[in-house]
Amino acid sequence: MNLWNRLMCYCRRRSPWLFHMNSGSCNGCDIELIASLTPRYDAEQLGVRLEGSPRHADILCVTGPVTHNSVEAIKTVYGQVFAPKAVVAIGSCPATTNVFIDSRTLAGPLKKHIPVDVFVPGCPPRPDAIVLGIAKAAGILGERGVKKPAAAAALLTAAPEAIPTVLAASEPAAAEPVAVAAAAAPAAKEVQP
Amino acid sequence: MNLTTALARFLIFPGLLFAVPAAWFFLWVERKSVALMQGRIGPPFMQPVYDFVKLLGKDTPPRAGVAGLLMKMWPLIAVSAAAGAVGLLPVLPSSGGFQGDLILLLALLELPSACIIAAGFSSRSIFGEIGSAREAVLSVAYNVVFLLAIVSIAASQHTFRLEALAQLPASPLRWLGVAAILVCLPAKLHLNPFSLPNAEQEIYSGPMTEYAGPELAMWELSHGLEWVAATGLVATLAAPHVALVWLAILLFIALSFAVVLLLSTLAAATARLAIDTTVRFYWQCTLIFAVLAISSALFMRLRS
Repeated sequence: MNLWNRLMCYCRRRSPWLFHMNSGSCNGCDIELIASLTPRYDAEQLGVRLEGSPRHADILCVTGPVTHNSVEAIKTVYGQVFAPKAVVAIGSCPATTNVFIDSRTLAGPLKKHIPVDVFVPGCPPRPDAIVLGIAKAAGILGERGVKKPAAAAALLTAAPEAIPTVLAASEPAAAEPVAVAAAAAPAAKEVQP
Repeated sequence: MNLTTALARFLIFPGLLFAVPAAWFFLWVERKSVALMQGRIGPPFMQPVYDFVKLLGKDTPPRAGVAGLLMKMWPLIAVSAAAGAVGLLPVLPSSGGFQGDLILLLALLELPSACIIAAGFSSRSIFGEIGSAREAVLSVAYNVVFLLAIVSIAASQHTFRLEALAQLPASPLRWLGVAAILVCLPAKLHLNPFSLPNAEQEIYSGPMTEYAGPELAMWELSHGLEWVAATGLVATLAAPHVALVWLAILLFIALSFAVVLLLSTLAAATARLAIDTTVRFYWQCTLIFAVLAISSALFMRLRS
């Protein structure tokens, strides 16, 4: 890898811009995502910026169990985020559809529609777990480097266990991974990228 | 000013070689000071550089036809205009300049704003169009005050030449003019409380909504260069004249930094005003101030 590519990977890791998308969430995770950007958790020290337009974003943060109405919107917005990009599924809903499982209004979970890079389980997850998830996604973004997202298309068809989950979300009540995440990032002021 | 000095001023100091790192530094100071005032740590020192390099490496949407070409051109025009404006600033003593370069500086300072308006409309995004319309209204509101302030300074000192202005001792009217320019700067730089065109809670990213990758990087850079040019204009008008080159440079940087801190503090301490309140503020309160300044300048000139 030449010097320019290495610099590019480093900068990608240090500058993740987010776009937040709600796919039918109860607003619990949305509030926690906003909380992770507030002065108390200060995600900006990792270079995080919440952007108004998906065109500007690197990381798509999806909350909610993916209702039928939101599927097309999610695919459109995913297409509007330019490569290289990563997707963070925030909360147990996009990972497993949570308590809404088997509902006829749902088309979830999220990984049926777009490739997901990081799951942050919890109902809702703590803000420090969200910050950790974003930091992991920024790392993935850096490693993704200059490659075009062929790998992302392969992920869509891959088996669920092949998806590089940082925080494994298998059950809706994912208390333990959150506890691990919270222990890994005890205070925002000590988070290092 | 011959071609060599002009090129040196445009490319080296206070032009691109100085202005681009200064632009990143000012963007960082803006974010960091807001963070410190909110009790946060804030972004690392190199954050604007990381953002810029990252944006250079992202894909851009395919743009076809004349509208696409124009959309690619606007950020480049904005960057070159802002860089040209910085290059015109008379930072170094006896650095040259020409009669009427103040007028060229005003035009170059206004060009990025015109490019933003054009970019929003040519993007055909509804948010871009609303943002552009707001930018246009804002531009009409503050520019009258801004131009009157500059004209009052020039009229009171009998010259439209920047270097002569920088060398003349400051009159009380000049301070009035500098104060009026300072009031206009938050609107010119889209800062709170006049950050209407890029109000992301209302209209996503305004005129920038459809921009991505290297084009967005150019917009960020032009915004940073606007910071350098606008604060540099205040610094050159407010700085006392010194003959030493390094002292003049240090004074310029220190004064620009002070203006950046002042504007960032204002941005962190205030919330966004609605468009009608903004326009009323500039037309009712500040216009009186600027009209007073220019009429007394003209009166002084007639009497002398």
